[in-house]
Amino acid sequence: MSDVSLTVNGRRVSGTVEDRTLLVHFLRENLGLTGTHVGCDTSQCGACVIHVDGKAVKSCTMLAVQASGSEILTIEGLANGGDLHPVQAAFKEHHGLQCGFCTPGMIMTATDMIARHPEGLDEATVRTELEGNICRCTGYHNIVKAILAASKTMAKGSKTRTKRAA
Amino acid sequence: MGVEGIGARVARKEDKRFITGGGRYVDDMVVPGMKHAVFVRSPYAHAQIRKIDVKAAQAMPGVIGVLTGKELKADGIGNLICGWMIHSRDGTPMKMGAWSALAVDKVRYVGDAVVVVVADTKGQARDAAEAVEITYKELKSVTDASKAMDKGAPQIHPEAENNLIFDWDIGNADETEAAFKKAAHVVEMDIINNRLVPNAMEPRAALGHYDKAEDHYTCWTTSQNPHVARLVMSAFYNVAPENKLRVIAPDVGGGFGSKIYIYPEEIVCLWASKKTGVPVKWVADRTESFLCDAHGRDHHSHCAMAFDEDHKILGFKVETKANLGAYMSLFSSATPTYLYATLLSGQYDIPAIHANVKAIYTNTAPVDAYRGAGRPEAAFNVERMMEVAARQFGMSPAELRRKNFITAFPHQTPVIMNYDAGDFATSLDAAMKEADYAGFEKRRAKAKKAGKLRGIGFSCYIEACGIAPSAAVGSLGAGVGLWESAEVRVNAVGTIEVLTGSHSHGQGHETTFSQLVAQRLSVPLDSISIVHGDTDKVQMGMGTYGSRSGAVGMSAIVKALDKVEAKARKIAAHLLEADESDIVIENGELKVAGTDKSVPWFQMALAAYTAHNLPAGMEPGLKETAFYDPANFTFPAGCYICEVEIDPETGHTDIVQFVAADDFGNIINPMIVEGQVHGGVAQGVGQALLEGANYDETGQLLTASYMDYTMPRAGDLPSFKVSTSSTPSPSNPLGLKGCGEAGAIGSPPAVINAITDAIGTENITMPATPQKVWAAIRTVKH
Repeated sequence: MSDVSLTVNGRRVSGTVEDRTLLVHFLRENLGLTGTHVGCDTSQCGACVIHVDGKAVKSCTMLAVQASGSEILTIEGLANGGDLHPVQAAFKEHHGLQCGFCTPGMIMTATDMIARHPEGLDEATVRTELEGNICRCTGYHNIVKAILAASKTMAKGSKTRTKRAA
Repeated sequence: MGVEGIGARVARKEDKRFITGGGRYVDDMVVPGMKHAVFVRSPYAHAQIRKIDVKAAQAMPGVIGVLTGKELKADGIGNLICGWMIHSRDGTPMKMGAWSALAVDKVRYVGDAVVVVVADTKGQARDAAEAVEITYKELKSVTDASKAMDKGAPQIHPEAENNLIFDWDIGNADETEAAFKKAAHVVEMDIINNRLVPNAMEPRAALGHYDKAEDHYTCWTTSQNPHVARLVMSAFYNVAPENKLRVIAPDVGGGFGSKIYIYPEEIVCLWASKKTGVPVKWVADRTESFLCDAHGRDHHSHCAMAFDEDHKILGFKVETKANLGAYMSLFSSATPTYLYATLLSGQYDIPAIHANVKAIYTNTAPVDAYRGAGRPEAAFNVERMMEVAARQFGMSPAELRRKNFITAFPHQTPVIMNYDAGDFATSLDAAMKEADYAGFEKRRAKAKKAGKLRGIGFSCYIEACGIAPSAAVGSLGAGVGLWESAEVRVNAVGTIEVLTGSHSHGQGHETTFSQLVAQRLSVPLDSISIVHGDTDKVQMGMGTYGSRSGAVGMSAIVKALDKVEAKARKIAAHLLEADESDIVIENGELKVAGTDKSVPWFQMALAAYTAHNLPAGMEPGLKETAFYDPANFTFPAGCYICEVEIDPETGHTDIVQFVAADDFGNIINPMIVEGQVHGGVAQGVGQALLEGANYDETGQLLTASYMDYTMPRAGDLPSFKVSTSSTPSPSNPLGLKGCGEAGAIGSPPAVINAITDAIGTENITMPATPQKVWAAIRTVKH
């Protein structure tokens, strides 16, 4: 057994886990954060994507103990109180989800993707970058649309903020 | 109604919980004292069980119980059944072998459940499962249906000689033979419809909880039809009487057919909960899903189509071998018969059709309905034949189809179905225009200059949805009726709850069903809640599959709304001292037409519950129930055009455009309908290009993970061009046809017709992988 201590969605948490416990299971079972899902055994489907120290990570590829000391962001911590994150809002507006199971991973991947492409995104880039996330419901059409729209909204938002700062 | 009613592009009400991590799936459920189950499964495709030794496993840390099939049988748990009786052409009933939820003396496919281990944690259960010792005697196995009836093939069930479950006919053999005798042209082909794994993203799961004090069971399960699960587990599996069994299907992460059936695991979790005294949860690994979820398709067919000199179809003959796997799943017999061969007329006026289907046991996972269920297999056969025939005749594939379209309705086909509405030419024209078919040859020439092979393919599919008239399916062997129920409850403050037997696992019923109510009762969407998926809340229902939630489920809501509206009018007329026939419902009020007299909706509702001033003799309250049994199937149809570009050096196929022009009748929410088409087309493209479940010669599933089974990813697909036209269904009050499966039915032939057009040979099977395409190109001179 090992002790882990980390920050999840801005809150300090700790626990004692079996050494073999995956980060995703620690989040779901110890912390009750069931928004992060498990869809496969082989780190292929991306339903478990979260952010670890600001980067998108498949939480089934990491042991909980490896994440000790990290800052974690999960789908539950993405919205700002009652205000949806622009990616969440775009998924709703553009019908980027159906059954909702892959959705948390898709949204966490998309926020990371948009952050890594401050120059903006095009359809081909979005499709290539979604390689690690599988959706069986939407055919990706509206997911791609939602990510492109969110990327535009967030670019506008950051320009407004830059102007204000100036 | 405009912004929120029928036809409005309303964003989904259910989205908020899914985009914020608040969805509640079975694996998210926690019950005090809950423990975890892991199944020990057969590593052999076919073997006798000689000995099961559980002693070492029982002694492992955290283990609460290690249970076997013998104990299950001793407790009277019944065998799994197939609920649709098919008779062979000689009149004998189908030959169903026994399927025990835990195998007792023999295993019949890799993944067959043998032992269940219950332990404090899933890890401990897994460790203990490793310690269960089972001695097998391996037997010869067969996985290919086309070989399972050969002399010397292993006998899988004693009940089914030569592994033949049934040998079934539809249509008229003599008339079809006569049609072929007078034919000017005959087109013939062998067609394989590849085996697929449904792969809903949420793996199947079950949580069984036996409450000793109440002698009552609760089962949370990943089900498309919790009421059918309760019915079957009570009536056939002897788990518990219906009044002692509550089945809850909460948020369910996709189904595509695979979550219709009642599988061994939920039965075992309920039984094991009583046996061990603890709530028992099981969640499938993805590999377990690959091994044990019901697979789809797996047909081998020989097709022949007869034409006259003018290229009008005279007759169609089909012989199909359908692989049903090792056991007959719940509706497995209906899929290759009444859901398949009844659609072999396609969109065409075919005077004579005859089909023979042999359903065959093999040592593979059970096969049952997967998105489209039989109809994709029918559409693939018909639409490949039409394209190949057009090429043989040197005709435009569009013109051959147009020449043979059914244009007058109702139309009785030779294979049971009576098409009640449609306009096939409109869809064909719309698709050709959107695809710029006229400009294709220029695009082909340009691609050729760049060293690429470009091709275009059509598919004019038709399918049958809105299943189904209960008396009709009863006469064809169904063990259940296929009506739907609804209850509309108007609360005292005027808010509304709709209880439905349909189940949403991605379809967005909370939104579309609310749109219907908002339209009818002129109340805001936010004041309407849709309740589904719990047998303690909704009395009875048949669930969601076969694109039936709109045509059947919403029709039941319409019937209940009719009753609610009638009573609301009576109350309003009484309060306003007006005639009932003068009451109109609009803008949240019940008004007397042509006056300024009105009562707000919520006040009328309050009046129904205070009952201080109701019409004489009226019962208090405002709540109505209805059951709706459809009058006919509905017939969604459309035209899909796929354009591909192939790199002859690598065999890679790029879908450069995909056009879908569908006729779904009336539409409640176009945004949701388009989403259904996108998803269906992606699954169809997956079948055509990427997906295939492959067993090796010893019965091991080679494609049992996402590393081996190619799921369509974003980079494999284009954005789709979708549009709709409408000939409303005359068979239900809303004129709906259904849209859930069309994409998966219509797209595979369009993709393969495009590829074969590009490479110049018909000789390719699905999935048309780069390797197969590359090899096929090398058989043709370019």
